[in-house]
Amino acid sequence: MAKNKTDKNWMPRWFYQLASPRWCYDITGKLLPAFGVLALVLLLGGTVWALLFAPADYQQGNSFRIIYIHVPSAILAQSCYIMMAIAGAIGLIWKMKVADMVAKSCAPLGASLALLALATGAIWGKPTWGSWWVWDARLTSMLILLFLYLGVMALHSAIENDTTAAQSTAVLSLVGLVNIPIIKYSVEWWNTLHQPATFKLTEKPAMPPEMWLPLLVMVVGFYCFFAVSLMLRLRNEILRRERRSSWVQALAESR
Amino acid sequence: MSEIATNEPARRRGPGAAGVFRAALKRDLLLAFRSRSDLVNPLIFFLMVATLFPLGVSPEPGFLAQLAPGLVWVAALLATLLSMDSLFRADYEDGTLEQALLSPQPLILIVLARVLAHWIMTGLPLTLMAPLLGVMLFLPAEGMGGLMLSLLLGTPTLSLIGAIGAALTVGLRKGGVLISLLVLPLYIPVLIFGSGAVQAAVTGLPLAGYLALLGAMLALGVVLAPLAIGAALRISVSG
Repeated sequence: MAKNKTDKNWMPRWFYQLASPRWCYDITGKLLPAFGVLALVLLLGGTVWALLFAPADYQQGNSFRIIYIHVPSAILAQSCYIMMAIAGAIGLIWKMKVADMVAKSCAPLGASLALLALATGAIWGKPTWGSWWVWDARLTSMLILLFLYLGVMALHSAIENDTTAAQSTAVLSLVGLVNIPIIKYSVEWWNTLHQPATFKLTEKPAMPPEMWLPLLVMVVGFYCFFAVSLMLRLRNEILRRERRSSWVQALAESR
Repeated sequence: MSEIATNEPARRRGPGAAGVFRAALKRDLLLAFRSRSDLVNPLIFFLMVATLFPLGVSPEPGFLAQLAPGLVWVAALLATLLSMDSLFRADYEDGTLEQALLSPQPLILIVLARVLAHWIMTGLPLTLMAPLLGVMLFLPAEGMGGLMLSLLLGTPTLSLIGAIGAALTVGLRKGGVLISLLVLPLYIPVLIFGSGAVQAAVTGLPLAGYLALLGAMLALGVVLAPLAIGAALRISVSG
């Protein structure tokens, strides 16, 4: 008994408890307000800082300010896919229900973030490049990422059994994870072959701190916002799947 | 008692890995040859898609020659995709797939034999037919070698990736459209390097880099795709 306790000391207790839908529901319920406040403060503060106080770009003027939405959503769309694949793998290997639910909740969020990155990219492209769409390597690989998300969502909705759907989508997202670097590099190479890189965005280190600091705030704010929306989706999913268990029914009656 | 003792090692030995692979390949090829329409359909589709482009875009030779590398590759990709849906379906419906999953033989070998048989029945004929399409689309003669080499290295990868999608959707009724949604984004690198190789051959640039990358993707596919196909089949059959 004592040995058992020391064995597991390196990992906090609540981490194990996350594997149970009921405990996960409780823990996310406690985390939710904190992340909500943090997301609100960071996003509001970051937006005000970015729009009012950050200096305008010497070439692009004020139109560059869309970077403060474009870059965070693009970064997050990519990390969301990795999270979905890892959660899927955990669900596939250890048959953990909550991991399946996390993976399922990630897909629509990632798809909407990829869509947001593409839309803001197009809006940004019109004043800077003169056209809504350019077959730029980054735009193209973001479009393919969106397709991967849509495939995962389509597969999930086509399979009726929740467990089978979760396992199948986990395999698909792992295959996608192996493919993402290959797609990214092939698209970049294809792009440099077909058209010279005429339009290069300002490199990050070349940005002055008063420009990239609000960007950093926005990125962290987006992550917090993502955490909030993921937890909300996850809690809905837990309630939907566990609707027959006694604790959910007790919860419904107490409201 | 002695009989059991002599039986045991004999049963454990069984056919070797190569034997299993050969038997599975022979069965799949035989089945494919018995239903010849399935063999011919993707080829007809390949030809028809190539016919549509001059009709829909422009019959002007110079313009078509410019588009030809990409067109032939896209047509080959779509023809492979079309034939993918039926890859595991018959085996799934008559229970053969379940027996293959239950058998003590490694699933990876059976799956690999299935994909190889599929490639011999679609990818290889497509590769052999590609020069015909090249001529129809006015692809310069220098491009033919690059076209065939790139298809020879690229179509097995298409079969391997497509088989993952086929395995994931084998238990579903509306598999046909879904499989293209799942697989098409994963086909993009093969398409890029395949048509890149043809373009390089047309302009007289060295091909080796493109072919090496197509070969690397094929090697990665042979190693990793059977694992994913096997896992997907187990999920689809048990679910």
